[in-house]
Amino acid sequence: MTIAPVSPAAPMAERVRVRLSGAVQGVGMRPFVHRLAADCGLAGFVLNGPDGVTIEVEGAGIATFLARLQAERPPLARIEGLAIEPIPAERAAGFAILASRGGPTATRIVPDAATCPACLDELFDPASRFNRYPFVNCTHCGPRWTISRRLPYDRAETSMAGFPLCAACAADYADPSNRRFHAEPVACPACGPRLTHPVAEIATALRAGKIVALKGIGGFHLVCDATDEAAVATLRRRKGRDAKPFAVMVANAASVGLVAEPTEAEADLAATPGRPIVLMQARPGLLAPSVAPRLGRVGVVLAYAPLHHLLFAELAGGPAGHAVAGHDWRAANPSMLVATSANPGGEPLVVDDDDAEARLAGIADLIVGHDRPIVTRADDSVMQVVAGRPAFLRRARGFVPDPIPLTEDGPDILAVGGHLKATVTVTRGREAFVSQHIGDLDGAETLRFWHETVAHLLAVTGVRPAAVAADLHPDYRSTLAAEAMGLPMLRVQHHAAHVAAVAAEHGIAGPVLGLALDGHGLGADGGAWGGELIRLDGAGWRRLGSLDPLPLPGGDRAAREPWRMGVAALHRLGRSAEVGRLFATEPLAGPLAARLAAGHERIATSSLGRLFDAAAALLGLAGRQAYEGQAAMEMEALVATPRALDRGYRIEGTRICFAPLLAALADLRADPVRGAELFHGTLIEGLAAWTLRAAADQGLDRVALGGGCLMNRVLAEGLDAALRAGGVAPLLPIKLPPNDGGLSFGQAVLARRMISREG
Amino acid sequence: MSHGSGGRASADLVAQIFRDAFANEWLDQGNDQASLPLPAGQRLVMTTDGYVVSPLFFPGGDIGSLAVHGTINDIAMAGARPLYLSASFIVEEGFPLGDLDRIAGSMGAASRAAGVPVVTGDTKVVERGKADGVFISTAGVGVVPEGITLSGDRARPGDAVILSGYIGDHGVAIMSSRENLEFETAVLSDSAALHGLVAAMVAAAGPSLRTMRDPTRGGLAATLNELAHQSGVGFRIDEEAVPVRAEVAAACELLGLDPLYVANEGKLVAVVAPEAAERLLAVMRAHPLGRDAALIGTVVADERQFVQMTTSFGGGRIVDWLSGEQLPRIC
Ligand SMILES: [Fe+3]
Ligand SMILES: [Mg+2]
Ligand SMILES: [Zn+2]
Ligand SMILES: [Zn+2]
Repeated sequence: MTIAPVSPAAPMAERVRVRLSGAVQGVGMRPFVHRLAADCGLAGFVLNGPDGVTIEVEGAGIATFLARLQAERPPLARIEGLAIEPIPAERAAGFAILASRGGPTATRIVPDAATCPACLDELFDPASRFNRYPFVNCTHCGPRWTISRRLPYDRAETSMAGFPLCAACAADYADPSNRRFHAEPVACPACGPRLTHPVAEIATALRAGKIVALKGIGGFHLVCDATDEAAVATLRRRKGRDAKPFAVMVANAASVGLVAEPTEAEADLAATPGRPIVLMQARPGLLAPSVAPRLGRVGVVLAYAPLHHLLFAELAGGPAGHAVAGHDWRAANPSMLVATSANPGGEPLVVDDDDAEARLAGIADLIVGHDRPIVTRADDSVMQVVAGRPAFLRRARGFVPDPIPLTEDGPDILAVGGHLKATVTVTRGREAFVSQHIGDLDGAETLRFWHETVAHLLAVTGVRPAAVAADLHPDYRSTLAAEAMGLPMLRVQHHAAHVAAVAAEHGIAGPVLGLALDGHGLGADGGAWGGELIRLDGAGWRRLGSLDPLPLPGGDRAAREPWRMGVAALHRLGRSAEVGRLFATEPLAGPLAARLAAGHERIATSSLGRLFDAAAALLGLAGRQAYEGQAAMEMEALVATPRALDRGYRIEGTRICFAPLLAALADLRADPVRGAELFHGTLIEGLAAWTLRAAADQGLDRVALGGGCLMNRVLAEGLDAALRAGGVAPLLPIKLPPNDGGLSFGQAVLARRMISREG
Repeated sequence: MSHGSGGRASADLVAQIFRDAFANEWLDQGNDQASLPLPAGQRLVMTTDGYVVSPLFFPGGDIGSLAVHGTINDIAMAGARPLYLSASFIVEEGFPLGDLDRIAGSMGAASRAAGVPVVTGDTKVVERGKADGVFISTAGVGVVPEGITLSGDRARPGDAVILSGYIGDHGVAIMSSRENLEFETAVLSDSAALHGLVAAMVAAAGPSLRTMRDPTRGGLAATLNELAHQSGVGFRIDEEAVPVRAEVAAACELLGLDPLYVANEGKLVAVVAPEAAERLLAVMRAHPLGRDAALIGTVVADERQFVQMTTSFGGGRIVDWLSGEQLPRIC
């Protein structure tokens, strides 16, 4: 659907009916329309219907009304369809908000949104009934997705059902001119949820270096003072998280500069209502060193819930109990907090107060809950700016369940995603609803959350899937669950799904070239794929080429222990004699080299992720990874300028081989910075040349780049520039993460085409 | 073996090797079947199994002893007393007679040591390439006393899960000999007949025993998943309580395997009512084949029938029921 142009010069009917679709409900659209109609001196009505919002307006100011309808729409509204039809005049006076019309619910729930400026003003206004109330919200802000059980989006179907409105809130809720008109989560100190502890007590604990578990919008955070090295180290120890970077929360946009040096695009991104964690260049100085060890960038998130703002105000206000009245929430605030998901042992985020007592007792010194239940957990989203555009690393709170538009019709299906970084996708007509980040399906609790997410996403979309799409891998937990669903099942190859996901988010079905740069996915031939050049055309795809394979010694262990890939690389280079010297600290390095020499290792992989591991290991970086992708991330952090090694790669038939590059890295231990720069530069040059050659052969001028390696910004931006320079349009993952978080969407896209092709 | 694709001379020779090795009153009658006495008032238990293993000889055993132990164990897992075995051999033409002698000898010795005779048998010699050395098919019968009904569907939440000893020995012994891996201490197959241990367990725990199973192919992981599905329950296993030898752990680390998935040939898992767990464990530990028995976890209610490994960290890692070999899953 497109937005119809409105020309003020065109003769306008006396009365028109306007139908709006998109994210137009639960966002304050009706009071906005009511106010606008009054402004323009129009009569008529507005109502919520099953397909969106219907407006009828009558009077002389219709053209102005229509122009302003779009220009001044409420902050959370997204108008995707706008249809105008002239109808006979009724000559009735007044403008009314009519009762919602029933029928099948095709409406939507919008994502959770950060507290809006108007609510923040009230939060710190001693005269307001919302003064210091940690749950203040309105139609422009507040929780949505995380408190909704099912459609329609209505208080009774949210976790606010248990909080009957007080007279003041009921009046606001019923008043079309009020910002809280039909704001489903509306609440005040008289009628709404309550925090278990005073904010002053939380601030006191944080000042004393304590770890606090804080119930937020999508789950509990573990919070501590980000400038207090002892506190951060304690949190690492208690959480059992050795090295993985923590995100830092600051009070507002004015405070970001204290911890980071964001570009304008990064600063803007951090301030969007979805309030993602945004990766930015860290500013050395205030932050405790163990917040983001060995990485140049730090994830920064701006306070997004009223509780966060109250806490920052309290921290800024000095000793406990200091009045926060008159606090300027826009002013720079020196406090900075580590805010990491409370997900002990890799389990899903803690969302329930009781559960928090049970699971966080050994980690947090103080557990702060509240009695507004979280229906659906949602981690913080994580983003970065790539080639000037915001891109996801993890998509959850603040963005789910915004659908991704599809350019083709197809059956409504469920796609179950991969095994790690799991998401699921439900399609409905020309929309794809991709779930929030679920996590790694190794753990039983995460798998239960996965099942809950499938049920919840189907409930809020009202979809009964005609089929289920899954990965080819027989032992992905998602594949096993899909098999048990009793629906027709389609199996989609991992990298075809990665490529299809990226192409489809750009509205392209093919023919298109795809470059999948990934960790591991089961190949159509049973092999271990991960660096693949693919031609995608509708439902069909073909592997055009791949990275020259390396042995994968020990399967998944090689992904956790990059030294194994280092040994594999030396074996491949015929330099096994150096294994003892380069991997002296690994007792199994010698036996592993012997196994490779004897030809006992049967698995070989074309994975670029494992090539990264091999390079990092050869350079003496991370021999063992404390978290997934650590070796690659630390290597990326060393790069100032990628440099290509002369003849660092060979294109041999359909394959590209980086053996000369690996050989150079094996001699560069003393200079890992140069090694990292050569690795990135040569990869970019080689992969671009290889891709451009295939593009010319295939007569294609676009390439979709997908797979977990594209989380590496140096690689993504380098390829983007090199491909552009070669005359091929690169398509980067923007709406979904490049890693397996986007896999379910790609599976859905391909599976729908497979079904449609079969008729 | 000199020759004879079914030729009388060689076939007779092969048959004679086994007759000599297994000699007992029933086999010696030379009939095509054995006519056997059975104890009255007990239920008959019967099993059949095929053995194809490479290499045929491995540290701690060979295909012959393995066939005897494996068949006896399948019977014993019903809580039964094994009585008789049958064996059928497919021998590839050209297979060295000396090796065949060794296999028959070891099989005869295993059978005698277990007190379970091979009462009938058959041999076939097939053309070169139609078999890989020697294949053995067995059958076994036994009897189970009144009141003992062990079955995989009887595990109940709260029950204790007991493992009779170290896991992974057999699979690692096989893989080590395939790859000529060398460790400071050689890993031997745990191949053993468990009916003696089982008899002691049945005597000690009787009807409190819910089920027993020997975690052979697919290892402890496959066995627990089978039981979880059959009984409609979940398992919570304490990872640190599962006995794994250091050399087995090291070999698994090198090979990229999880010992939970590695085959055993002389171990059993027992599910028992909680009140009988300590008594059973004591009896098992008093038996040479259960010396390292350990309480490894409990049965839990779980509609999803997860087998979870819990660590000191508290997290519950699902132990999957794999479709085949351990394919990489980390993307
Ligand atoms: Fe992937
Ligand atoms: Mg068997
Ligand atoms: Zn607001
Ligand atoms: Zn109220």
